[in-house]
Amino acid sequence: MTAKAEPEAVEKVIFDGLAEVGAEPSDINREATFEALDVDSLDLVEIAQIVEDEFGVELAGEDVQDLKTVGEVVDLVVSKGS
Amino acid sequence: MRPDGAALVTGASGGIGAAVADRLAGQGWPVGVHYRSDEAGAAEVVERIESGGGSAVALHADVSERDAADRLVGELEDRFGPVLALVNSAGTRADGLAPQLKDEHWDRVIETNLSAAFRLTRRVLRPMLRARYGRVVNIASVVGPRANAGQSNYAASKAGLIAMTHTVAVEVARRGITVNAVAPGFVETGLTADISSEAVAAEIPARRPGRPEEVAACVGFLASDEASYVTGTTLTVDGGMSA
Ligand SMILES: NC(=O)c1ccc[n+]([C@@H]2O[C@H](COP(=O)([O-])OP(=O)(O)OC[C@H]3O[C@@H](n4cnc5c(N)ncnc54)[C@H](OP(=O)(O)O)[C@@H]3O)[C@@H](O)[C@H]2O)c1
Repeated sequence: MTAKAEPEAVEKVIFDGLAEVGAEPSDINREATFEALDVDSLDLVEIAQIVEDEFGVELAGEDVQDLKTVGEVVDLVVSKGS
Repeated sequence: MRPDGAALVTGASGGIGAAVADRLAGQGWPVGVHYRSDEAGAAEVVERIESGGGSAVALHADVSERDAADRLVGELEDRFGPVLALVNSAGTRADGLAPQLKDEHWDRVIETNLSAAFRLTRRVLRPMLRARYGRVVNIASVVGPRANAGQSNYAASKAGLIAMTHTVAVEVARRGITVNAVAPGFVETGLTADISSEAVAAEIPARRPGRPEEVAACVGFLASDEASYVTGTTLTVDGGMSA
């Protein structure tokens, strides 16, 4: 079963996912940009898969390609999951 | 080196796929032996692997069906864990000169040889990306890059498979996942039972058809740890036919 896409839960899963794909944990926060975190398109695909497994929310490539910061992705997942 | 996981071989009830399943089992992979109609053939492969001390399970699906990839991979994962090696060997032909080739024959060959291989690849990339390890080997053909009258559908499917292989390879190379193709020439199997070996042999520099094991050996190499820097390429196994 998938969890409910509550803001804190989504934030935690995405932060953990970013760390898993190699972002520096101390640099991860809502305002951080993927560019600054050195997170590339393939990393985002992996994070989208983690989000889908956890919350059942599907993030297509075109959904995330224009998002620059971690917070924007968290907000998108929360809004899609509600 | 290699994380724990399983290998899925499609079309493994006979021919090249069966030889590949044997080979990968010998290299220590638990193997999903996929078949469509030849249940007995798949059971025989599983039995052979188990009696050699390996692990295997027979899995049934028509890969031309859209949901087959998810189901197949899910079943194998339930049994042996994440699928970290995939060999797409399921393939079919439906020959005819282009003016007479029916939509149904075009579609069946493209679906089975190309679209199904893509859907399976897409599905297994999930566990492979997570594991930072993966081996995908697609059984293409010398027909595709090269013309063969009467096989416009088959040639298009195999050329497409090679192109897909090369592109996916560059997408995932940085994650320790390799994606390659093997292109056999003429191999004696059920697929080529209607073709006279003697007639073809004259056109092969090696003067004989290939054996499934000779193709499987190349797949075994590409699936091994030693081949970790080989990706996005096509290994031709054809007795010199296209040299
Ligand atoms: N033999 C050659 O000379 C040669 C040359 C170049 C490339 N290849 C390629 O090598 C691969 C293996 O062929 P092979 O020679 O070993 O022939 P084969 O013995 O006829 O094996 C083909 C396999 O594909 C399976 N298959 C076909 N359509 C399917 C579908 N819709 N869904 C699921 N499974 C399906 C068959 O399953 P069931 O029998 O259980 O139905 C069979 O196990 C093919 O991709 C072929 O194109 C062969």
